[in-house]
Amino acid sequence: MTTIAEEKAVLEPQQRSHHVAEVLLRFRELGIVLALVLVVAGAAIVNTNFVSLTNVQQILSGAAIIALLAIGETVVIITRNVDLSVGSVLGISAYATGVLYVHHPHVSLAVVFLVALGVGVVCGVVNGAIVTIARVPSLVVTLGTLYIIRGIDGAWAGGNQVNASMLPTSFNRIGYGTLAGIPYLAIIAGVAVAIATYAMRSFRTARDFYAIGSDPPAARLAGIPVGSRVFLAFVLSGGIAGIAGAVWLSLYGSVDAIAGVGYEFQVITAVVVGGVAIFGGSGTVLGAALGALLLNTINSALDVVNISSFWTSAIAGALLIAAIAFDRLIAVRVAPALRTRRSSRG
Amino acid sequence: MADIDDLKPGDEVPSRPPRQHRLRAGLGLVLRWEALLVVLLGATIAYGASVSPYFLQSTNLFYICLNVGEVAIMALPLTLIVITGEIDLSVASMLGLCGVAMAELFKHGWPIWPAMIAAVALGAVLGAFNGFLVTRVGLPSLAVTIGTLTLYRGIAQGILPTDTIGGFPAHLTNIGVVPIPGTHIPYSIAFFGALAIVFAIVLHATPLGRSIFAIGANQEAAFFAGIRVRRIKFWLYVLCGVLCGFAGVLWTLRFASARYDAAIGQELYVVTIVLLGGISIFGGRGTIAGVVLAVAVLGCLQTALTADLVPAQDQQIVVGALLLASVIVPNAGDLYRRARERLRSAGARRHRAAAVQAESR
Amino acid sequence: MTSIEPAPLLSLEHAEKSFGAVHALEDGVVDLYAGEVHGLVGENGAGKSTLVKILAGVHRPDAGRLLLDGEEAIFDNAKQSQEAGIAIIFQEPTLFPDLTVAENIFVGVQPLKRFRRIDGRRMRREAGAVFDQLGVRLDPDRVARGLSIADQQLVEIGKALTTNARVIVMDEPTAALATTEVERLFGIVEALRARGNAVLFVSHRLEEIFAICRRVTVMRDGRHILTRPTAELTVQSVIRAMVGRDMDALFPKVAAEQGPVVLKVERLTREGAFTDVSFEVRRGEIVALAGLVGAGRTEVARAIFGIDRFDAGSVEVGGRRLRPGSPTLAMAAGVGLVPEDRRQQGLVMDFSIERNVALASLDHVRRAGVIPRGAERRFAKDWALRLQLKYSKLTSPVWTLSGGNQQKVVLAKWLARQPSVLIVDEPTRGIDVGTKAEVHRLLSELAAQGVAVLMISSELPEVLGMADRILVLFEGRVTREFSRAEATEDAIMQAATGLVDQAA
Repeated sequence: MTTIAEEKAVLEPQQRSHHVAEVLLRFRELGIVLALVLVVAGAAIVNTNFVSLTNVQQILSGAAIIALLAIGETVVIITRNVDLSVGSVLGISAYATGVLYVHHPHVSLAVVFLVALGVGVVCGVVNGAIVTIARVPSLVVTLGTLYIIRGIDGAWAGGNQVNASMLPTSFNRIGYGTLAGIPYLAIIAGVAVAIATYAMRSFRTARDFYAIGSDPPAARLAGIPVGSRVFLAFVLSGGIAGIAGAVWLSLYGSVDAIAGVGYEFQVITAVVVGGVAIFGGSGTVLGAALGALLLNTINSALDVVNISSFWTSAIAGALLIAAIAFDRLIAVRVAPALRTRRSSRG
Repeated sequence: MADIDDLKPGDEVPSRPPRQHRLRAGLGLVLRWEALLVVLLGATIAYGASVSPYFLQSTNLFYICLNVGEVAIMALPLTLIVITGEIDLSVASMLGLCGVAMAELFKHGWPIWPAMIAAVALGAVLGAFNGFLVTRVGLPSLAVTIGTLTLYRGIAQGILPTDTIGGFPAHLTNIGVVPIPGTHIPYSIAFFGALAIVFAIVLHATPLGRSIFAIGANQEAAFFAGIRVRRIKFWLYVLCGVLCGFAGVLWTLRFASARYDAAIGQELYVVTIVLLGGISIFGGRGTIAGVVLAVAVLGCLQTALTADLVPAQDQQIVVGALLLASVIVPNAGDLYRRARERLRSAGARRHRAAAVQAESR
Repeated sequence: MTSIEPAPLLSLEHAEKSFGAVHALEDGVVDLYAGEVHGLVGENGAGKSTLVKILAGVHRPDAGRLLLDGEEAIFDNAKQSQEAGIAIIFQEPTLFPDLTVAENIFVGVQPLKRFRRIDGRRMRREAGAVFDQLGVRLDPDRVARGLSIADQQLVEIGKALTTNARVIVMDEPTAALATTEVERLFGIVEALRARGNAVLFVSHRLEEIFAICRRVTVMRDGRHILTRPTAELTVQSVIRAMVGRDMDALFPKVAAEQGPVVLKVERLTREGAFTDVSFEVRRGEIVALAGLVGAGRTEVARAIFGIDRFDAGSVEVGGRRLRPGSPTLAMAAGVGLVPEDRRQQGLVMDFSIERNVALASLDHVRRAGVIPRGAERRFAKDWALRLQLKYSKLTSPVWTLSGGNQQKVVLAKWLARQPSVLIVDEPTRGIDVGTKAEVHRLLSELAAQGVAVLMISSELPEVLGMADRILVLFEGRVTREFSRAEATEDAIMQAATGLVDQAA
C-alpha cells in the first residue's frame, strides 16, 4: 500500500490543475455577462438613450426569439449534430399561425400555440428520422430541409402577407406587452430557458445527450439508445422553432414568405458564443441564451454608435469565428494542465 | 493469431468490409452511380422536352449552361475539399464579396482587367483565411465556413448595402448574352469544361489526386505515408477561393451589375451538385465525371422547371429533395440490410428462448 | 474426508471464435472463483483479448459455452454482460471526457429522487463511498477530461462496483502505469478480492501475475494450455508454456556485414513519453527496442520519423541532422516506418492493394506529372511477387486480405522506397505463424542488403531471434543494452520491468 505522502504526491498536481479547468469552464457564463456589461456600458457612454427603457425592452424582445431557438439548437449541437433548418421552421410556423388567424379569427391562444408547436414537431420528426434511420449526417439533412421547408413556405404564401390588422389584439399584445417593464417575450423566453437549463441538469435523458456528444461509440456501448435520443433532440429543436414562429409573429405583426431567413446562422452563432462546443458534449442552455442576448445587445449598440445595421451579419460571422477559435485555443491550453500524467501507450 | 487482439472495444469485427465499400458493392457493378446519373439526366431532358417545344433546341442549350455556369465552376474545388473530408459552405459568399470588390474598384476608376484580377486575388485571400482556420487553428470546417459564409456576405452587405453597380464594358458583359462565336455555349461553361478536364486529370491520375483521396479515406495513414495533409488542405481552400472569386467576376459580368446578395443561397446548389455527383460526404470517394453529370442534371432541371413555370421557391423544394436523395439512396442498401439483420436476430433470440424453454422441461 | 470444492462463479468451456478465415480462439477455457485473483497470460495473438471480449458480451462464441453460477449465459451485447455482473476494465478505458467522474460512474443509471430527477448529491456521495471502499481519493465532481489512465481505470472500477459486478476482468491494467500507481492498483485488487469478487487479471508482466494471482491460466495460439496455482510454477515454466515452440526454426537469421552508423539518436526526450534515449544503428544491423507496453518505444519511433515532435535531443541520418516533426523530410532522408497500428496507420483500407503499395512512392510512379495507366499495378505486382503476397486481384481493396498479407502490403510500401533506415513497430503482431516466418526472413535479408533496421517488438522470442543488439526501455528510459550473445529472456524481462542489477 502506498503511504499517504506518496498518495498525496500523485493526487495533488491533479487537484491544482482541476481547479484551473473548473474556473475556466465556469468562466464562460461569467465571461458573457462581463462582456454584456462592457458593451452596455460602452454604448451608454456614447449615447445614454441606449439604456432607456424602450431600448432595453427592444433588445430583450429581439433576443428572446433567438434565445428560444437557441434552446433547441443547443440540445442538437450537444449531441454532436446540427440543425440548420430552424429558421425555415420558424418561418413556416409564423405563416401558419397567421393563416390560422385569418381563417379562424376567434381561435384561442392555446390552440394557436399548439398548432405552431405541431408544425415544428412535424419538421423535427422528418429531420430526426432521416438522421437516425437513414444515418445521413445532420449537416446535409438539415441543409436540405432548410431549403425544402422554405420552399414549401414560399409556395404556400405565394405573394400573400399576413399583417397585424388580421391578428387579434390578444395575440399582438404578447409581442408588445410588458409586465413590470419587462416584455412578455423576454419573460416567456426567460422561463423557457430556466426550465430547459434545469431539465438538462436533472434528467437522465438530458445527461444522455451529453454522453452521446462526448463519445458516441462509448455511449452506444454503455447501452444508451443513441438513435432515439438524437431523434428526440431534433423533435425538440423543431417543436421549439415552431413555437418561436408564433412568438415571432406576435412580435413583428406581419409575415410573408421571407420570415426567418438567415436565423439559423444567428442561432448557431449565439449558441457557440454561449459556450456550447461545436463538437458536442458540453455547454449549457443558459450560456446559449446569454449568447443570444449578447449578440442582440451588440447589434443594438452598433446602431447607437452609428455603425449601420448593414454590418450586422459581418460582425455576427466574425464573432462566431472568434468564439470557436477562442474555445479551441483554451482547450489546447487547458489540456496539458488537465492531463495529470502521460497516458499514451508504447 | 489474428488482428483481433488490437481491436478496441466497440470496434467493428473485421470480417465485414468497411462501410463505404459495402454501399458500393451493394449497388452492384451495373448500377454504378454515374450510370444512375445518366438515367436521371435522360429523365430530366425528357421532362424538359415534354414541357416546352424549345427545350431541345440548341439555343436553349445556351440558357441551360448559362444558368448553371458559375455554380458549376464552384463545384469543382468544393469536390476536392469534400473528398478530403472537409466542407466549405462559404462559396457563394466568396462569389458575392469578390463581385462587389471588383465593382467597387471599377467604380473607383480601376480599369476592368486589373479590377477582375484583384477580385480573383481577393478570392485567394478569403480562401486562405478559411484554410488557415481549418488547418492551422484546427477548427472544424463546418463551423468555420458557416462563420465565413456570414462574415463574407456581411462584408459585402456593408460595402454595398442597397445599391447596385453597373456600367461594365459591353464586350465583357456580353458573356451573359452571347455564346462563344460558332457555338451555342456560354463562356462560363467553356471555362467549366476546361477546368473539369484539368481537375479530372489531377484528381484521377496524379500523385496529388491520390493524396487527396488518401486524406479523405484515412487521414492518419496518409500522414504516416508522408503526405502533407495540412498543406494540401490549405491550398485546396485557397483554390476554392480563387475559383469562387472567378465565379464572382463571371456572375457580375453576366448580370452586368454587382449586388451584395449575388448568388445568395446558391451554396445549396453547389453542395447538391457535389453530392449528387456521387462524392461521398464522408470523404475518400467520388469522380469528376459524376460532378459533370450532376451539373448537367441540375442545369437541365432548373431550365425545365422554369419553362414549366414552376416558381423559384418550388424549385428550391426540388433541389433540396434532390440533395437529400443523393445522400439517402447510397445508404438505402445499408438500411435494408440492417433492418433484415435486426429481424433475423430477433427471430434467433426467440428461437433460442424457445429452445432453452424446451430444454428445461 | 472429502472437501467440497466451491463451484466457480464463472466458467468458460471450450469456447471457439473465428472471424472469417481467422481462428482467433480455438479452445478458450477459464474458471473464476469468488474471492480469487486469477491470472491470464499469453503472447500477443494467443487469444486472450478474444476470450475477454466473449466474457464482455462483445462477441458471441461460435462454439462452447459460458456458465454463470452453473447456468448457461448468452449475451447479445455488452450491456447484457454488464447486467449479469461481469465488468471489464479495458486497457484503454472509454470515459466521457465532458462528464464528471460521478456522472461517468453512473451513466445511464443515475440515482433518482422525486419526479425522476437526478439526485446529484446522492450520486456524488455514492461515488465517494466507492472510492473510500477502494482506499483511494478521487474527486467525483472532477470532469473526466485529462484524467490519467490510472485514474480512468479507477473510474471504470468504480463503475463496476456500482453495478454490483461480481466478476471483474482487468485487461493489461498496468501497461501504462507508473510504479506507485501499480501499487495502488494492487491494493484495489486486494480490496476487490476481499469483498468476494472474482478478478481475472490479464497481463504481460509475469512478476505481477506471481505477486497477486493465486492461479494462472496460460494460453497459446488460441488454445488453453494450462491452469495451475502460481505457487506450483516458476516464471520460466510459464514462459515456456507461453512460447512452447522450437525457437530457431522460426527465425532464419542471416548473418549480415555491419557497416557505418546510419541512424544516430542522441539524448532524445519528449516530456511524458521518453527521456534521454540514445542509440545507434549501423548498416546491416538489426537493433531491437524491447520493453513492456507503455515503455515509450513507439513514441521514440514516431519521434524519429517525424510524426511527433520532441523536446530535446537530436536525430541524425547518414550523418546529417534530421529536422523534427516532418515525415516528408524523414522519408527524403531515407527513413521508413511500418507503424504499430496496421489498419489505422499503415493502410488505407478502402484503397486497392496496388494503390496502397504505391502510396509512399507516388513521385516514382509518375511520368511528366501524371500517373500512367497501370503504372501502380506494375509497381505493385513486382513487390507482390517479391514478398509472395497472396491476393486475388491487385485492384481488390486491401481489407479483403488476411492480416499477414496486409502486413506484407505495408512492408512493400516501404521497401519500394529502398530506405536506408527501416523502423518496424510490432512487425508480426496479429499475423499467422507462416507469414511471421516470412516477415522475419524478409527483415533478415534487408539487413543483409545493408538496411539499418530498428525493430520494436513485445515478443521476446522474436527479439532474441532477430536482433543483433537489444535495447530495453522502461518508463521512457533505456535501462540496458544487450548484444545478441549476452541476451536472455529473463534478463530482458527484468530490465523491462525496471529490475536492473539483480541476479538473473
